[in-house]
Amino acid sequence: MLKMSDNQQGSSDGHGIGRYFRPFAGLAVPAGAVIAALAVGAILLGVFGANPLTGYRELFTGAFGGPDELAATALKSIPLMLVGVGICIAFRTGVINIGGEGQIIMGAILATLVALALPDVPRPVLVPLVMIAGGIGGGIWGAIPGALKAYSGVNEILSTIMMNIIAGFFMSFLLEDWLIEPGAIRIQQTKRLSHNADLPILPGGTRLHLGIVVALIVAILGYLLLFRSSLGMRLRAVGHNPHASRAAGMKVELSITQALAFSGACAGIAGAVLVFGSESHRLIGEGGPLAFTQSAGFNGIVTALFGGLHPLFTVLSSYLFGGMLAGGISLQRAVQVPQALVIALNGVVVVFVVGSLKLRTRVQRWAEGDIQMEDRA
Amino acid sequence: MNDFFTVAIITATLASGIRLAVPFLLAALGEAVGQRAGVLNLGVEGVMLIGAFAAYYTALESGSAAFGLLMGLVVGMVMGLIYAFITVVMHAEQGISGIGIYLFGLGFTDLLFQKQVGTPKPISGLQTKPFNWLADDTGRAGELLFSHTILTYVAFLLVPVIYFLITRTTFGLNVRAVGENPQAADTLGVSVNGIRTAAIVIGNTMAGLAGAALALEIGIFQQNLTAGRGFIAIALVYFGAWRPVGVMAGSLLFGIVSSTVLQLQVQDVISGSVASIANMAPAVLTVIVLVVVSRRIGQPAALTRPFTRDS
Repeated sequence: MLKMSDNQQGSSDGHGIGRYFRPFAGLAVPAGAVIAALAVGAILLGVFGANPLTGYRELFTGAFGGPDELAATALKSIPLMLVGVGICIAFRTGVINIGGEGQIIMGAILATLVALALPDVPRPVLVPLVMIAGGIGGGIWGAIPGALKAYSGVNEILSTIMMNIIAGFFMSFLLEDWLIEPGAIRIQQTKRLSHNADLPILPGGTRLHLGIVVALIVAILGYLLLFRSSLGMRLRAVGHNPHASRAAGMKVELSITQALAFSGACAGIAGAVLVFGSESHRLIGEGGPLAFTQSAGFNGIVTALFGGLHPLFTVLSSYLFGGMLAGGISLQRAVQVPQALVIALNGVVVVFVVGSLKLRTRVQRWAEGDIQMEDRA
Repeated sequence: MNDFFTVAIITATLASGIRLAVPFLLAALGEAVGQRAGVLNLGVEGVMLIGAFAAYYTALESGSAAFGLLMGLVVGMVMGLIYAFITVVMHAEQGISGIGIYLFGLGFTDLLFQKQVGTPKPISGLQTKPFNWLADDTGRAGELLFSHTILTYVAFLLVPVIYFLITRTTFGLNVRAVGENPQAADTLGVSVNGIRTAAIVIGNTMAGLAGAALALEIGIFQQNLTAGRGFIAIALVYFGAWRPVGVMAGSLLFGIVSSTVLQLQVQDVISGSVASIANMAPAVLTVIVLVVVSRRIGQPAALTRPFTRDS
């Protein structure tokens, strides 16, 4: 997985007939995997008595059919973009971050606390402030497992999962009592937060808000960090070969901690966007952590991988996945198949695409003329 | 306040903690077998959900909890074969394909539940309590030890069984060999892919069973019924340092803490916010244990590494 994009930098002087396919060969296998996954979806739709073609048409028009749909898709894709960019940074450094869920929550909590503490700060100051607070909250929540991995050798997959659980209970702890909206109905949510912290709606008559700009800025910063800075060069070197990096005098431990801190910060900003870009403008814990994060902490991993662990391509793949989430709602309306189908399909897509990577490498090598298929089969 | 500290309530709390530990124990023991063979399965949560729904739906339709349990086991086995194909044959990155399995299980069971059942209808759990007749005669200790369903005994019996399997059988030796050094095992004629497939199927079958146990214990199904238990089970494998007894200790810890917190809340001893803090405790403790364990015991050397002859 971590070597996904390395394959794209093969030698440019491939020979044989394969070289004409070379630019497309790498894409053919994942594209085939996506089509296969959609075929599974079609079968499921058929089993539930819906016309698959109608279903997919509804899914598509619901996602990309007009300005409102495009905006709804963008709104769904913002958390995926932010988490995804963070995942790019972590995975490129060779660190697996499964802690997106917890980092989103801690970012949301810190941003909420800032908005509660400083409700009267004018909007041009408060909005950036809560976004930064989100980044700090998520960043700390990422840095902890990062440091534990770097300095104590704690497996980050495990520690980030535990950090998710701790964050979930911490949110419910705060919303049980301290931050709960005063009143007779005890729903686990805060009061409506300061209007000055609302993410402004962008002009154009849709519901799209400034969050998309935040996500794009973070993606560009992520790209610059990873590919245009010496810090990013060190991170990628550590991801590529920690031993060689250490031998070259790099502080591998520091890089690992930094990578998870940056990764968490991106997810934390997603948490802030989920609070201040929501229609309720509250932190809502009712229904559990998964209801608040919309599983973006996991789905962001998927979009980052689809984006080849490149922040800018991750924006694109997040938008497409956002389209599936947005389109799922109209799918449900039109053919009475619950939108849970979309989550299941996401899973199938992931399994198929990750499962086809070996095949992809093989096709690519064949296309580059490096090996003969028969020799390897 | 003082009501909590009666022997009756403490016994009931501990007994319920043992019951709550069962899904953790089954899933984590299975995951430990897979990891010993060098395969990380992050999809436990998804497989548990699928096992839970299969058990719930079968029990609902057939009226037989035992039949439901069987179906949970069967779908777990099927998921194991699928996961083995993805990771062992296709060499898919294990962490990510596990997340894929999780998302699939999460969405698919929700979809099936909404489409096939709709509103939460309760099912009756397992009624067979093989030693229940002993519970009446032996007082508190009897209630603690003998008031459980057959599944609880099976789960705890699996601790020595898995221990024996891993440490005292040829199969177990092969499992450990392919988990530590698949190349060496291969040169000795051990089928690395075969052993790994077997280990994965064992692990997923137990995850399916764990989901079934959970659904039958709770008696209903809902979206995301497992609520992170599968992920905790994975952590418990590390917590227990890949050893069945350690895994059992961790499972009991999580089970008893949850049941105690729940009981304290029901008895109005603590408020909801304190309960949330208390519920964090096992996760915090796990992180601390991970710090200690990582220093002391390494994971299987070939964990998450696909096997190829030419590397």
